[in-house]
Amino acid sequence: MGETRFLRDRLLPICTVLLALLALWYVFVVVLNAPFEHDTAARAGGTIGFMELLPKTMMQERPVLPAPHQVFAELWDTTVNKAITSKRSLVYHAWITLSATLLGFAMGAVLGILLAIAIVHNRAMDRSLMPWVIASQTIPILAIAPMIIVVLNAIGISGLMPKALISTYLSFFPIVVGMVKGLRSPEQIQLDLMHTYNASAMQTFWKLRWPASMPYLFTSLKVAVAISLVGAIVGELPTGAVAGLGARLLAGSYYGQTVQIWAALFMAAGVAALLVIVVGIAHNLVLKRMGARA
Amino acid sequence: MPPSDTVVSARDLGLTFQTADGPVTALTGVDLSVGKGDFVSFIGPSGCGKTTFLRVIADLEKPTSGTITVNGMTPEEARRQRAYGYVFQAAALYPWRTIEKNIALPLEIMGYSKEERQARIERTLDLVNLSGFGKKYPWQLSGGMQQRASIARALAFDADLLLMDEPFGALDEIVRDHLNEQLLKLWAATRKTICFVTHSIPEAVYLSTKIVVMSPRPGRVTDIIESPLPKDRPLGIRETPEFLEIAHRVREGLRAGHSYEEHA
Repeated sequence: MGETRFLRDRLLPICTVLLALLALWYVFVVVLNAPFEHDTAARAGGTIGFMELLPKTMMQERPVLPAPHQVFAELWDTTVNKAITSKRSLVYHAWITLSATLLGFAMGAVLGILLAIAIVHNRAMDRSLMPWVIASQTIPILAIAPMIIVVLNAIGISGLMPKALISTYLSFFPIVVGMVKGLRSPEQIQLDLMHTYNASAMQTFWKLRWPASMPYLFTSLKVAVAISLVGAIVGELPTGAVAGLGARLLAGSYYGQTVQIWAALFMAAGVAALLVIVVGIAHNLVLKRMGARA
Repeated sequence: MPPSDTVVSARDLGLTFQTADGPVTALTGVDLSVGKGDFVSFIGPSGCGKTTFLRVIADLEKPTSGTITVNGMTPEEARRQRAYGYVFQAAALYPWRTIEKNIALPLEIMGYSKEERQARIERTLDLVNLSGFGKKYPWQLSGGMQQRASIARALAFDADLLLMDEPFGALDEIVRDHLNEQLLKLWAATRKTICFVTHSIPEAVYLSTKIVVMSPRPGRVTDIIESPLPKDRPLGIRETPEFLEIAHRVREGLRAGHSYEEHA
């Protein structure tokens, strides 16, 4: 019974939307790639019929919009058919980006949590820090990313760290905001209780504020891990990086390799989904250990 | 200096809150003493300052005039020495802790050893008839059971004074009757001093050795009634003439406070 409900309530709606999107995609493939086929036919001094044109729009080498099966063929070819140490393996590039993402995410989480603790426990910090935290996110990351990379390069820091720092720059923000809210989530009555026990600030933090903030922490970690990946990819764009998903996107756009671009995009989406799922599993495990209702 | 068997002693106590709408007098001219082993109820309509007075004893609010001592000390010193257990209107159990971990919370903070904590958890769970529920999470218990767990938490450490702020206010009457009966047994068994805030006349009369009637605007004490009822009280005592007579006097006291407000 549980299985049929899973099929009906979860799988069916997802598959329906997926099929609709695929159908729509193919329509756009034909519409967008048709002009090239018309031009080719015209140069050859003839015209081309719709039935003849239809399959050709789906197998161009540099289509405006590659067809889904082309993208998945490229994905398959660059993941399964290449050794993961090869520079042509998408898994290799994904790992380069993922390592920067994870480092940046870890630093962002630590920074975010520490800032939130400072803001919650200190009025001056609350007033002075919070506006800067918010202001930091109003600067477009695309503008500041090259600056960070150039400045760090000038002081001899290059490679993984600059990319990770851009991830940190993006990911600390949702964690600060979520954790400030989470650490302030205990009710007055729960804080009064600690006061009646003459509990120290340290005890109130570890026995009340910290556990109370866990649902908020994991919700913001999910957002943060996804934008950490965006940060790492953006960090790879202005450096002329030779490896990483960002480098694949950039190289693809230089040489008009749209299939390669789309394959890299899907890889990035897949990595992001994987990261969010892992954080989600950690979330469920922690909440279960904390006695949440099943 | 109050005599040594006085637990709480207030002299001309007042508390005025500064609010955006101007000062609000929550308490004024409160003279009161609570003796060791007393069961004192504070009764009155909302805004009469009964909860505020309890919070002053607990050092959760600071009085703005007059003096108050708890165990011969200032409320702050008494709080630092963990002189009282406080039971709030809501159970305020931490949802991520099991019942026994909730009871262990004050014990952890106060630095009791692991064995001592376990012994006290078992003893207090037994005292509130929750043995066998220690491993449950709060959401698995009914409202009445949660409130009993919060009483167990307040009893777990060695405070001789128990402050209870409408602990059964959110429960239905049948559960409340049952818990009142249990509370009297617990009081007899532990010989603690209890200050109990309520807005139920039968509850106040049934439980107390002393009833403090209060009225609002400004919050003040209008009558203090020493109950002549015996210490041993079956639920049936609530139909006896003595009981009804005290209840009548409480009602009169509350009404007097009310008419004062209408004239003002």
